[in-house]
Amino acid sequence: MADLIIFITLLAMGYGFGRYAESRHYASIREREKDLNSIPAIASRIPPQGNPNFDSQLVSGSVVISVDYFKRFIAGLRNLVGGRMSSYETLLDRARREAILRMKTEARNLSAEYVFNLKLETASIHKGKGNSIGSVEVVAYGTALIPNR
Amino acid sequence: MIVSNLEILPGKRITKHLGLVQGSSVRAKHVGRDIMASLKNIFGGELKGYTELLQESRQEAHDRMLEQAKAVGANAVLNIRFSTSSVAAGAAELFAYGTAVIIE
Repeated sequence: MADLIIFITLLAMGYGFGRYAESRHYASIREREKDLNSIPAIASRIPPQGNPNFDSQLVSGSVVISVDYFKRFIAGLRNLVGGRMSSYETLLDRARREAILRMKTEARNLSAEYVFNLKLETASIHKGKGNSIGSVEVVAYGTALIPNR
Repeated sequence: MIVSNLEILPGKRITKHLGLVQGSSVRAKHVGRDIMASLKNIFGGELKGYTELLQESRQEAHDRMLEQAKAVGANAVLNIRFSTSSVAAGAAELFAYGTAVIIE
């Protein structure tokens, strides 16, 4: 009985806090994305050939985000029937966008114009019970091109 | 030292390739941080301690790579890649590699 109460409390806390944290995080991501739109991050490997007056420097951003208890439970249920795991989809989406934003912030501090050759690296670093994903690390890196005038 | 993950640098010419340079760092988690992480696993959200830890070790891997590049006399490292792998439970290896070159 006590176990059941603990389980339900954890589930409720995960649902409440997790939902709140996620919606707040998404709001902040959207806000900052609008703000950093002026620095495009381009996945192309070839830098612009026409204008060679650029300095280049490596920039990177990384984040570790954890999934909440409720979402992990839902994902466990999803494992039985198969299909889309939207709880992990939003986790990875948030982590990637956050990492890109941090990289762009670093680029803006260097007054860069573009970030070229954007690469994303994802690693699951904390495994929960039964090898379920606990938290993921995403690192975004690229070359900032800084106009030298 | 110019560090970039592009293969060609705009406006610069590569005069000599010096081969691959690499650096790695293996770090273990910290019990205090682990407790915080397991709490965060209930509530969800960013694990700031881990973000910092991984950033530090990635920086170390990066610095070791640059040391190697300096030792072979390069003045730039191009086409850098980062990679992460978990080698043991609770430990992660962060690895950085690139091509050491001399540019004019």
